[in-house]
Amino acid sequence: MSNIKKAFENENGKAFIPFFTCGDPDTETTAKVVRAAAENGADLIELGIPFSDPTAEGPVIQGANLRALSAGITTDRVFELVGDLRRDVSQPLVFMTYANVVFSYGAKRFISKCEKVGIDGIILPDLPFEEKGEFLPECREYGVDLISLIAPTSRDRVAMIAREASGFVYIVSSLGVTGTRANITTDLSSIVSVVRENTNVPCAVGFGISTPEQAKKMASLSDGAIVGSAIVKIIEKYGRDSVPYVADYIRQMKSAVLEA
Amino acid sequence: MNAVLELEEAYNRLKDDENFKKELGELLKNYAGRPSGLYFAKKMTADLCGAKIYLKREDLNHTGSHKINNVLGQALLAKKMGKTRLIAETGAGQHGVATATAAALMDMECVVFMGEEDTKRQALNVYRMRLLGAKVVPVKSGTATLKDAVSEAMREWTSRIDDTHYCLGSVMGPHPFPTIVRDFQSVISKEIKAQLLEAEGRLPDAVIACVGGGSNAIGSFYDFLEDKDVRLIGCEAAGRGIDTFETAATVNTGRLGIFHGMKSYFCQDEFGQIAPVYSISAGLDYPGIGPEHAYLHDIGRAEYVPVTDSEAVEAFEYLSKTEGIIPAIESAHAVAHAMKLAPKMSKDNIIVITISGRGDKDCAAIARYRGEDIRE
Repeated sequence: MSNIKKAFENENGKAFIPFFTCGDPDTETTAKVVRAAAENGADLIELGIPFSDPTAEGPVIQGANLRALSAGITTDRVFELVGDLRRDVSQPLVFMTYANVVFSYGAKRFISKCEKVGIDGIILPDLPFEEKGEFLPECREYGVDLISLIAPTSRDRVAMIAREASGFVYIVSSLGVTGTRANITTDLSSIVSVVRENTNVPCAVGFGISTPEQAKKMASLSDGAIVGSAIVKIIEKYGRDSVPYVADYIRQMKSAVLEA
Repeated sequence: MNAVLELEEAYNRLKDDENFKKELGELLKNYAGRPSGLYFAKKMTADLCGAKIYLKREDLNHTGSHKINNVLGQALLAKKMGKTRLIAETGAGQHGVATATAAALMDMECVVFMGEEDTKRQALNVYRMRLLGAKVVPVKSGTATLKDAVSEAMREWTSRIDDTHYCLGSVMGPHPFPTIVRDFQSVISKEIKAQLLEAEGRLPDAVIACVGGGSNAIGSFYDFLEDKDVRLIGCEAAGRGIDTFETAATVNTGRLGIFHGMKSYFCQDEFGQIAPVYSISAGLDYPGIGPEHAYLHDIGRAEYVPVTDSEAVEAFEYLSKTEGIIPAIESAHAVAHAMKLAPKMSKDNIIVITISGRGDKDCAAIARYRGEDIRE
């Protein structure tokens, strides 16, 4: 059974899932903020491996990717970072990156290394369901979940994607790229009900969530809330001194999700 | 994903529809000015003392390049799909101008994404797009060139799909774009074949075209794929040379990757980060190549050769002085390779060079390259 499921087996069965861009502003800070998240209520943590051309990201995470790459982050250094985090972080960890990062490293080499360092799943926003055969055999071989995304436009593909889901189902809240939004207007409850009819794998909503109210609402509609840009903004603002601010934000968001 | 599935469905439904073909055929003839000429370059042939050289004059099309062939097809397709808004990426601005033109013609809204760096290199085309009623969005992310314009257009499309068609300008991106763009551009090779058969009673020995994403090249090659004796040569932008980092020669310096919705060759580092490529030509300044070209390279059907900035600039000046034709700096890459190849071939041989566009847009940049600052 997937280790990711544990993230949804807490007090109210709802997971709070923060995202961090590895190496922004440096790997030492990433290690500190991820530990702070783990200690303050994160149920599952998404670690972004920077990519030069992150087509699913809005300006905030694009900026973080570029800062991290300029500071010298590489795929090898991200694996070292995870190895270090795994000394004391027990929550499930998943990578969020782009297909070419995995492909160029070599699918077998990348995914076997995920298993070795303790990565539970991979999210690749530029790998459509129809092309997942590119990496699925290796993911199955090493027990790493290949996490599928469902967009508001997925319509008749929702059931098909859900049926083959592993780890969790990542529901994209609204059209467009990552980044905070004032309002989320997609009819998410009908997407969630189709997902639930087709799989027992939990589903969480991401893209555009920044406030505790939004997190509570999204977690009550589904099994969890994913937050990226809002956290990356804190790190952009406070840099190496981000830890207390991130810890505080994670606590607030977690308690909102607990009320869901 | 659903957007590209819908597009594929609509394209498959309409591509053989008699009304669609008739409407597009009339636009290509009466609006774009097809067929474009196949011109025997007598002076260039005499000067190079080798193969006979013919120029396929895509520069004479309305809007000044081959881009209009694809854009009229896609705009008509989008219109039939009920879309009211076209978005596009552009490098040199030729595809942006063509898209803005089709949008004006068909009463559609138009937004063009263009790397900020390219808006400076190609200021004239920015003005043309605005004049045609399009909004031009300068893209500041990444290297602020063509690849970033593509990324930004893709981002925009994911946020607004209902009324918007992404009019992709080259044989790249996710399926079905490489197929659709190739089909609309293959009119180039169909015409070359018919025109040369009429003029010479035979097929050419070589067809030469420049390659960025590769739309004019695939258009020039497609009808000759089964004619194994016809050499197909794509000219990549080598920038300052393929032994430097300032190059955009994808086949010659890149390796297999997955990016912008396709698996093909890309210039990238050891960790798969896409390289910041360089060429004097904004239209060839892209780190990837269309997947069908990657395939033609792999099976050995087409050759892909690097041409440097300085060779292209010399060819730009050479064709202007020799034949009175100012080619786009992109097309000048193909001319440059023909200048190397023709003298090695016999006088019975025939080379066709596709002049993909006209060079007015490049005059200021080439003048700057030669140390002269001109202002209009």
